[in-house]
Amino acid sequence: MADSQVLTDTAAVTGPFGRRPKPIFSRRNIMLYGTLIVIAVYYLLPLYVMVVTSLKGMPEIRFGNIFAPPVEITFEPWVKAWSEACTGLNCDGLSRGFWNSVRITVPSVIISIAIASVNGYALANWRFRGSEVFFTILIFGSFIPYQVMIYPIVIVLREIGVYGSLTGLVIVHTIFGMPILTLLFRNYFVSVPEELFKAARVDGAGFWGIYFQIMLPMSLPIFVVAIILQITGIWNDFLFGVVYTKPDTYPMTVQLNNIVNSVQGVKEYNVNMAATIITGLVPLTVYFLSGKLFVRGIAAGAVKG
Amino acid sequence: MANDKPFQPFRNLNAKIASIPMILTALVIFVGCTLWTIFYSFTKSKLLPKLDFVGFDQYERLWGTRRWLVSIENLLIYGSLSLIFSLLIGFLLAALLDQKIRFEDTFRTILLYPFALSFIVTGLVWQWILNPDFGVQHAVRSLGWESFNFDPLYNANIVIYGVLIAGLWQGTGLVMCLMLAGLRGIDEDIWKAARVDGIPMWKTYLFIVIPMMRPVFITTIVIITSGIVRVYDLIVAQTGGGPGIASEVPAKYVYDYMFQSQNLGQGFAASSIMLLTVAIIVIPWAYLEFGGKRRG
Repeated sequence: MADSQVLTDTAAVTGPFGRRPKPIFSRRNIMLYGTLIVIAVYYLLPLYVMVVTSLKGMPEIRFGNIFAPPVEITFEPWVKAWSEACTGLNCDGLSRGFWNSVRITVPSVIISIAIASVNGYALANWRFRGSEVFFTILIFGSFIPYQVMIYPIVIVLREIGVYGSLTGLVIVHTIFGMPILTLLFRNYFVSVPEELFKAARVDGAGFWGIYFQIMLPMSLPIFVVAIILQITGIWNDFLFGVVYTKPDTYPMTVQLNNIVNSVQGVKEYNVNMAATIITGLVPLTVYFLSGKLFVRGIAAGAVKG
Repeated sequence: MANDKPFQPFRNLNAKIASIPMILTALVIFVGCTLWTIFYSFTKSKLLPKLDFVGFDQYERLWGTRRWLVSIENLLIYGSLSLIFSLLIGFLLAALLDQKIRFEDTFRTILLYPFALSFIVTGLVWQWILNPDFGVQHAVRSLGWESFNFDPLYNANIVIYGVLIAGLWQGTGLVMCLMLAGLRGIDEDIWKAARVDGIPMWKTYLFIVIPMMRPVFITTIVIITSGIVRVYDLIVAQTGGGPGIASEVPAKYVYDYMFQSQNLGQGFAASSIMLLTVAIIVIPWAYLEFGGKRRG
């Protein structure tokens, strides 16, 4: 009895449990896997179409079928999308947007996580009068449509002299990443045994001492989750990019949209799809490398907002 | 750590200093900027915000503008269909994945990857697939069905359904993950009891499991709806609001009036309405979830 209890417990942690159904090719299994495979094909189709279109030449696209694999593989659209595609007067391709996005994403991720983790730590272990009130405002604030706040923020950024610069955009990403990240870190630090915190206090460690020597080393997994969440979120942002930067500093998503949806010139669908897939490559790589951690990130993010 | 101590402003000074960014964000951005926008939505601001009060004029003009009405209508159609189908598809996918299958991780990875892509990428891919001259319509016609018609992005009557296809492709993975977590949270004994009683599986889901997952459903609905109200990038990338104004949405209306038509007052009024919509959804939810007891 005790043994079976242990078995169920470990199984409950690792996932589905109970015996596997015996016959592998039962009608139920064929139906089940058949449905799943059809669905999986449907979900993969756009990715497939993106890739094959980007590897074809324009004549082949004009006379062929978008679902057909390329007859003659060419990487020219990729080269063109990266270094020659035009947005307005600039014809230096997506590479500029890519580097802008890198220069936006890296500091935004670092700063937003640094601030939010300290915030979460303060909220979990060093509560002060009013701290919960601010936290509640922060969480409810995350439901406010961004459109309500974008214009006043333009004024604030202009007043402090960073409107239109990458610094301004980094500040905006830090602000709007704060609710979810603070929640993530606060919930994590709350679950750290209090005895550990108290022992450190007895030994004379202060606010920063405990943070850097105990909390930080203990919470690396949650930092990874936060990094995944922020990289994909900030890389994929469009609204803030278009509002708070100028054409020179447009992030990749904005530049991509300008390239593909520009009304001038002949539409080069293969270049457009190459540009699209290049833009999606960063979050996709993060997603496929991170696996379960990504799911954990969105599940944590999904708790509230 | 108790909160009920006498007021000591310098107690926990480090924690207070460390919380300054959070306090500023909460007060200046979330409270301050929101109130500012609502306040200025009652003024005649055009190119620049100015304090020239006109009462509810901006709102009256808003509800008299055809583009806004189309936007609201689209939001209602897109929103309700997107909500229903995301829940339905998300739950069915989760139920499929919960059948103790092999390669569960692989299937989940495939179903969730669109969620990692931006709305811009999503919109552009589906714009390409739904392109009548090259995409699905062309492919089916070249198979021999010459009269096949499927051009949602070029047909004002059905364009919003074209956007819906893309939106569902991007977002159902997330709903599936939430539902799957909910299903996994249900005690296995419930399933055993239902099996012993000879209740068919679909009945167990419908009458036992789904009612038990109420909190998961409510959270998911709140997440989906607050995302729907914000829908902007997808429209910009996929249709640009067209053909004509057939696929306009409120978020785009706000952006265009604030930053392109230089009619700030309209933008403020429209965004205030968006805020009101979210409040109507979030406040009852918050009341249900946290009402009475305060959660620390």
